[in-house]
Amino acid sequence: MVIQAQNPILEVHDLTVTYDNKPVLWAIDFSLPSGTLAGILGPNGAGKSTLIKTIMGLITPSGGYSNLFGQELNKVRKRVSYVPQRESVDWDFPASVFDVVLMGRYAKAGIFKTISKADKEVAEESIRKVGLESFRDRQISQLSGGQQQRVFIARALAQDADLYFMDEPFAGVDMATEADIIKILKDMREKGKTVVVVHHDLQSAIEYFDWMVMLNMRLVASGPTSEICNEQMLQETYGSRLNVLSHVGELVKNRSFPIRENQ
Amino acid sequence: MDKILEFFSFNDANIRFVTAGTVLLAVSSALVGGFSFLRKRTLSGDVIAHSILPGICLAFLIFNTKNPMVLLTGAFITGWISIVAVDYIIKNSKLKEDAALAIVLSVFFGVGIFLLTAIQHTDMANQTGLDKFLFGKAASLVGEDVMVFGFFSVVLIILVYVFFKELTLVSFDKNFAKTSGLPVKFLETLLSSLTVMAVVVGIQAVGVVLMAAMLITPSAAARYWSNNLKVMLALAGIFSAFSGISGAFISYAAPGMATGPWMVLVLSVIAIISFFLAPNKGIMHKWLIQKRNRKQISEENLLKALYKKAETDLIFTKGYSMEDLKSLEVLRPGKLVKTTDNLVSDRFLIYNKSLYYFTKDGLEKGKRITRLHRLWEMYLTKYLRLPPDHVHDDSETIEHLITPELEIKLTQALGNPGKDPHEKEIPY
Repeated sequence: MVIQAQNPILEVHDLTVTYDNKPVLWAIDFSLPSGTLAGILGPNGAGKSTLIKTIMGLITPSGGYSNLFGQELNKVRKRVSYVPQRESVDWDFPASVFDVVLMGRYAKAGIFKTISKADKEVAEESIRKVGLESFRDRQISQLSGGQQQRVFIARALAQDADLYFMDEPFAGVDMATEADIIKILKDMREKGKTVVVVHHDLQSAIEYFDWMVMLNMRLVASGPTSEICNEQMLQETYGSRLNVLSHVGELVKNRSFPIRENQ
Repeated sequence: MDKILEFFSFNDANIRFVTAGTVLLAVSSALVGGFSFLRKRTLSGDVIAHSILPGICLAFLIFNTKNPMVLLTGAFITGWISIVAVDYIIKNSKLKEDAALAIVLSVFFGVGIFLLTAIQHTDMANQTGLDKFLFGKAASLVGEDVMVFGFFSVVLIILVYVFFKELTLVSFDKNFAKTSGLPVKFLETLLSSLTVMAVVVGIQAVGVVLMAAMLITPSAAARYWSNNLKVMLALAGIFSAFSGISGAFISYAAPGMATGPWMVLVLSVIAIISFFLAPNKGIMHKWLIQKRNRKQISEENLLKALYKKAETDLIFTKGYSMEDLKSLEVLRPGKLVKTTDNLVSDRFLIYNKSLYYFTKDGLEKGKRITRLHRLWEMYLTKYLRLPPDHVHDDSETIEHLITPELEIKLTQALGNPGKDPHEKEIPY
C-alpha cells in the first residue's frame, strides 16, 4: 500500500541495492512530502539503514535512483544533512563537543578557507538547541551515549539543511533523552524542515511520526501514519520474509548474476 | 662538553645540514603519520616503507644513477602501488585488512631484497650505498640531499596545514564528510600520497625498517598528553624535532653511532615516558590513585573496627595497645604499624604510653564509616531486595566511597533508620 506525495521533497524510483551481489533492497519506490517527520520502519536486516545510505550516495544502487527537491543529490548536497549511526565513529578521537559540531560547517566554509566567526556562532547555537552548553569543551569520549547522539544531531543542525536523514538516533539512549530528541525533531518540523528517521520500535513510532515507510527488503507500505498503519501492513512488515523472494535473492548471489541486465 | 658547544653553535655547515635535514624529515613524517594514527592505519606506513625498496632498486637498474630525484620517483611509484594493492585485495577478496597488509609487505620487500642482492653482485660502478636505504644514512646527508628532502618536507607540512580541517573530518567520520559534499576520494588519495611522500623522504634518515616508528610513535606518545587534535599534532612535531636533534648530536659526538636508530630510540623513550607518566592516562597516575585508595581503605577500616570495639565495650575513651589492635584482625601486622602511624600523624589517633586513643575527629570518622556501612546494608535490603546475609561484602567497599551529599540522600531515602538489617544500631 503506497500513497504517493504531492510535490514530493524526496522521490525514490525502483531503487535496488545489492551487497556482495545479494539483493538487500528490491525495487523500492515511494515519495515523501516536505515538512513531515517520517519514520522508516522494519525489522532487523530489513534494509532501513541501507536505504538512507543509498539515498545519501554512500552506497551505489544496482538499479533505480532517487531525487531530492526534484534534483539529483550532487546538486542539492548543501540542503541535505545526514546523521550516521553513533557506533560508526571512534569516540576516542581527540575532539571536543564544539569541535565535532563545528564539523557541520566545514563543507559550507569550503576548502582552503578558514572557519568564520559566523560559522562558530552557528555551532554554538546548535549546541544550545540540543542542551549541551555545559559540555561544550568536554572530550567526546567522556559523554554518555545519549549525549553523543545529541552531539551528532547538533552537528546536523549546524549544517542548516532542509532535509535530514537520521540513522537510529534513538539507539542506546535512555527514555529521557529519547523524549528530548523527539522534541528537537518536532521543533525542526515546526520550522518547515523535513526529517526522516530510521527507527525500529513500532510502539513509539506510531506516536512520533506523521508519515511512515515500512520496509522488509521490499517496500511494504508508505503513506500518512493514520492511513497505512494497520494490522495487515504490520503483519507484512514484521512477519516472515517472502519465501520466493529470498530464494531468488540467493540464486542471484550464488550464480553471480547482475541484478540488472545492462550492468 | 666541547662537542656540545661545537655542535650547538651550528658553525659547521655539515652539522647544519644534517640537523636541519633530520628535523624537517622527522616533523613532516610525524604530522602526516598523525592522521594514519587517527585513522587506525598505523601499519600502512610500514607496508609503504618496505614496498619502496624495489622502486629504488628498479630506478637504479634502469637509469644507472644515484641521483636522488630518480631514486625517489621510483620509490614513490612502488610505494603507491603497494597501497593500491592493499585496497584491491581488501575489496576483491575474502582476505581482511591485516592479511592484505602482511602479504603486500612481504611480497614487495622480498622483491626489493632480491633486486638489491642482484645489484650488489653485478659490477655496476656506483652501486655502493644503495643498501643504506635499508637502515638510513642521515649522518652522510650532504647539501644537495638536504635541499631536495627539505623541500619535500616543507611541501608536506604546508599541505597538512592547508587541508587540516578536511583531513580531520575524513579521519573522524568519513561518511559524514562524504554526505556533506567534501571530495572524500580526493582527500583520501591526498592522504595516501602524503604518507608515501613522507615515507620516501623519511627513509633517507632512518631507513626502511624503522620508518613506521617515525610516523606513528610521535602521535602515539602525544595522544597521552592532549585531547585536542592541534595540541596533539604540535606535541608530536616537537617530540620528533627533539628526536631529530638528539639523533644528529649523538652521531656527531660519537662517530660510528647511526643517526636514524638513535632518533627512533629517543622517540621510543618519549613514548614510554608518556605511557607511564602522562597525567590522567598514564600508568603511574592510575597506580598512585590505587595506592591512595588502599591507604584510605586501611585507615578507615581500622578506625571502624576500633569504633565497633568501643561500641561493644561501651567505652569510647579507653586506650588500646598494639596487641589489642592486632586482635581486631582487620589488617596484617606489617600494614597495621604503618596505618597506625598514618592515623597518628593525621590526628585521628593519639599515641600515649604505648596506648592508642581516639581523638575527637578519629572517633567521628570511625562512627561515620560504621554508619555508612550499616546505611548501605539497609539500602541494599530495602531497594535491591537483597537478604541480610548478602549485603556485608558490598558495604565493605561502598562505605569508603559515599560522599556527605550522598549520605544525606541515603538517609532521606531510608527515612533515618535506627537499625541495620542485622539489628545493630546505626550511630548518628
